[in-house]
Amino acid sequence: MSSILSVQNLTTRFHTFDGTVYAVNGVDFELQPGETLAVVGESGSGKSVSVLSLLGLLPAESAEVKGSARFQTKDTQTDLLAISKEKLNKIRGKHISIVFQDALRSLNPVLTVGEQISESLMTHMGYNKRRAYTRAVELLENVGISYPEKRFYSYPHQFSGGMRQRAMIAIAIACEPEILVADEPTTALDVTIQTQIVELTRRLQREMGMTVIWITHDLGVVAGIADRVMVMYAGMPIEMAKVDDLYENAQHPYTEGLLGAIPEVGETEQNRLISIGGAPPDLFEAPKHCQFAWRCPYVFERCWKEIPPNYQVEEGHYTKCFYDMSRQQARDEE
Amino acid sequence: MEIVQVDKISKHFQLKRSFLSLGRSPVVKAVDNISFSIEKGETLGLVGESGCGKSTLGRTILRLYEPTDGIIRFEDTNVSELGREDLRKFRTKMQIVFQDSYSSLNPRHRVGDIIAEPMMIHTEMEPKEIKDRIFELLKLVGLKPMHAQRFPHEFSGGQRQRINIARALALYPRFVVCDEPISALDVSIQAQVVNLLQDLQKKLGITYLFIAHDLSMVQHISDRIAVMYLGRMMELTTSRQLFDDPLHPYTQSLISAIPIPNPKRERERGHIVLEGEVPSPVNPPAGCVFHTRCPVAEEKCSREVPEYREAKPGHWVACHFALDDDKVKIL
Repeated sequence: MSSILSVQNLTTRFHTFDGTVYAVNGVDFELQPGETLAVVGESGSGKSVSVLSLLGLLPAESAEVKGSARFQTKDTQTDLLAISKEKLNKIRGKHISIVFQDALRSLNPVLTVGEQISESLMTHMGYNKRRAYTRAVELLENVGISYPEKRFYSYPHQFSGGMRQRAMIAIAIACEPEILVADEPTTALDVTIQTQIVELTRRLQREMGMTVIWITHDLGVVAGIADRVMVMYAGMPIEMAKVDDLYENAQHPYTEGLLGAIPEVGETEQNRLISIGGAPPDLFEAPKHCQFAWRCPYVFERCWKEIPPNYQVEEGHYTKCFYDMSRQQARDEE
Repeated sequence: MEIVQVDKISKHFQLKRSFLSLGRSPVVKAVDNISFSIEKGETLGLVGESGCGKSTLGRTILRLYEPTDGIIRFEDTNVSELGREDLRKFRTKMQIVFQDSYSSLNPRHRVGDIIAEPMMIHTEMEPKEIKDRIFELLKLVGLKPMHAQRFPHEFSGGQRQRINIARALALYPRFVVCDEPISALDVSIQAQVVNLLQDLQKKLGITYLFIAHDLSMVQHISDRIAVMYLGRMMELTTSRQLFDDPLHPYTQSLISAIPIPNPKRERERGHIVLEGEVPSPVNPPAGCVFHTRCPVAEEKCSREVPEYREAKPGHWVACHFALDDDKVKIL
């Protein structure tokens, strides 16, 4: 099957008063229709920025985005990074939509929730006001908001955190997009509400056959929802694998460290958590070698000299590391 | 031996009367009639969703908030009756580490001064002694003596939390309340701070009250765990017991909500998805506060407040049906 989105060599730099920030340094991935791709990383790893770059949602004055992102719909193919702003506006919200972490700040406080759902229906689908109202009420009901006719007229501040996130999802799915980007939608929510939102997204994905990019820092959440996982560190995807392979056979020392940092539920004895020493690198310098070298327990000379290329470990499983975890030795130089 | 004993404490906040709410001003019962004790040298985890009163409880125990009702004992002292001056002296024995390491460190003070402050206020140490103690503390929490010269903004979140811990330990406290010390940190840094807290406990024999909303981290660090919901205590027992045999439906749903970092197990196990959201603490439900979301609630639950009782040895729970396994075990 051909991929729905194919991103190649995406780089994003921010030009600031303090210097250039190398936020994304070469991201490649293919997105298959209907799958859920989880993008995992800590704060500053570039996981959100790479997706925002694709959708043209970064400030044009300071952000410099390069690379290509071919987006395939039924009959047309477009490069999201090459088309005009107007054309991108037509794709965003209709074919690709996004749910943000902070629902309160992403919703317009002076418009009712219903108006905000109708807005995208009228802009992208050409609905008139009455038809948009009917559809918006349907959508509110579909995302699990009770009394949708009444709630249509509520303002965001009258909603609780969980309901706001549901409203955000209603807006995002209004035009039945092919791709839904979920940018840490559950991070700010309580655990019991988190479960509700995850279940809701999975049901909608099943019903509508959407492709989902789920951005998160929580490897626990990923285990339950993703088909494939891309782990990012310092603006680079350092490991990419099917979800089962990643958890059973982590090939990058950083992924291994992340998995070791999560305590096991119901553990019988208190094992010490594996912590990764140090902190993520400063992004003000262009990467010249492996960015994880400072914190890596397996580091050796070559890691300080060049950026590791993508090594294929098994089918669909790639890692950017000179150290071969399965053989516990350095990879041969080619 | 018990180091802290809390007997039926409550903390109620009086809200401002608004123009529209005629009559009495509304009261938020942030902590309502809670009793428990903390053993010397143990870590008691305290979990609950936001707004359940877990931080208020932690602060009330230290008397950073005045309790509305109830008695707090620390060793042989009745903390709730201490006068201003006695309380100030007493504070050396109990300390707190806050969640937000930005706002809890004065941005205009150097790290050395921040750590020195409690010693200048509470002790008569010579400047030389204070300086040595600062270096000792910095080393203890994994920083370097040269860091004393720097300002808080020069540090990362995890390092700032280490500074907070160093300050809390300056006066050799015996009891430290950790109020969500790791919630704002990245996963790999969380593990660093948790390991540090455990090492310090081993070395110095400190007792912790560890407050968090992340049950998986809490069970890792705690000997016993207390679960709160809307200002009330729902369940309290050893970490092991809580995960092996949770008696309260709320605890069970919290455990089921922890994502397991193992795709196969995660796909196979069931989830309890609770309906609705936490009700407003201004107007909590009558009877059992959890009955509006409880999957096994009966009519009785909306009428009678369940007694918080020791249902099994060392296992406290507030649910009418706690011992009715067929009914209450929902997973």
